[in-house]
Amino acid sequence: MSVLYDAPGPKTRRRHVIGGIVGGVVVGAVIALIVRKLDKEGQFADAYWAPFQNSGVWQNTLLPGLRFTIQAAVLAIALAVVFGILLCSARTSEHRWIRVPGAVVIEFFRACPLLLLILFFYLAFGKELGTLWPLVLGLMFYNGAVLAETFRAGINAVPRGEVEAGYSVGLTKSQVSRLILLPQAIRAMLPAIISQCVVALKDTSLGFIISYEELVRRGKGIYESYYNIIPTALVLAAMFITINYTLSKIATLLVARLRRRGQRPVERTDVGEVTMEPTAR
Amino acid sequence: MNVLADNIGTILDGFRETIALTALSAACAIVLGIILAAMRVSPAAPLRWAATSYVNIFRNTPLLLLFVLFVFGLPTIGLRASFFTRAVIALSLYTAAFVCEAVRSGINTVPTGQAEAARAVGMTFTQTLRHVVLPQALRAAIPPIGSLLIALTRNTSVAEAFGTREATYVLDSLGRDHASALYWIFAGIALGYIILSLAIAGGFRLLERQLAVIR
Repeated sequence: MSVLYDAPGPKTRRRHVIGGIVGGVVVGAVIALIVRKLDKEGQFADAYWAPFQNSGVWQNTLLPGLRFTIQAAVLAIALAVVFGILLCSARTSEHRWIRVPGAVVIEFFRACPLLLLILFFYLAFGKELGTLWPLVLGLMFYNGAVLAETFRAGINAVPRGEVEAGYSVGLTKSQVSRLILLPQAIRAMLPAIISQCVVALKDTSLGFIISYEELVRRGKGIYESYYNIIPTALVLAAMFITINYTLSKIATLLVARLRRRGQRPVERTDVGEVTMEPTAR
Repeated sequence: MNVLADNIGTILDGFRETIALTALSAACAIVLGIILAAMRVSPAAPLRWAATSYVNIFRNTPLLLLFVLFVFGLPTIGLRASFFTRAVIALSLYTAAFVCEAVRSGINTVPTGQAEAARAVGMTFTQTLRHVVLPQALRAAIPPIGSLLIALTRNTSVAEAFGTREATYVLDSLGRDHASALYWIFAGIALGYIILSLAIAGGFRLLERQLAVIR
């Protein structure tokens, strides 16, 4: 029950039911309108959907495409984590001449459009590197910069007193990092890292533009021979949504578990901004 | 360096297109996003269900796929519009899902006592939302919406592969013609995007200060 409205009485409940019916009708009408338009234009014709009932198309086109998508995403995330750790340690360094360049690099890759990076790597090194590596490099730099900020927030989320307590019982700096900071920080960051995987997985589709054979590019092969752009796009969207929704659900469950244990997870918005949960709730 | 000076007109035209795409899509996305957020907290279950599905669908679909669907797909069902308009449709529908979530989390930051007090003095759901919760929620949502608009500016670059000659398209075409000067072109255009992001960030910081209230 939301705090926005009271537990409804009989009159209000009736009004809510009426509102629900009216709202349902409006939503239903919008959906019906879209479906009718698609139907009138023959988008539900068997010829358009036939390729997706053909197991050959799945085995030879779509599933390999999905494999290429996942391959690029996994490579990119793995490299981005490494790059992110490097950037984060530069950003939090005690030496100004390391800290400032670290911050500049992070801000540059966060402000620069990912596609601009990918196109740059493709135009500069495409002849030698093919299409996979320009895509992976672009994703690595962008996601690495975002992850660096996530890591920093995760480390900041550990209460200062714990670090001071570590020093006061005579632990060295690396022991404090290894035994106190990292175990807690990683747990707090895990949901944010999983959300970043969703972002990276979605962004691999930019490989389409430099003709990397990922899922959407494979879909292009289908819609160019069957002239079924809308059915193809809907099938591809369903595949992406299934994977990403599952990953997002896992992240949400992890956040809920952390909160039950009274820890504060590092939250990230979907645009690469890292925020801390407000404590006062 | 000369390439930048020689093509400054093309580059500026590209950024004009980028700014136009961003501004129009931002306006549509914010309006649609606020409507969706209101639906997500409404007592009418079908509206809540519809808005939640919308967010889950559009947030988990790659923007590029939405471009394929709307820019290439719309003409196949007889809906004609310019490349620019179709790009704005794809960008706004995508961004609206994120705006909805930003506003909704803004609503969640409003202390429960505020809504309870509004109800205690007899305000209805609509009144509570309009006079008490939304004004505070929108203020809390301003910084995240600012970051969303910066992300939107970056996202408009996808339109370069879909018939819109915006700034990233300029890199794509100039970079192919002047391969030796690619680094300069990249630096110049990246700088343009960074200036745009800084301008939006500055604008939103100003807005935040203007609208700040003592709570």
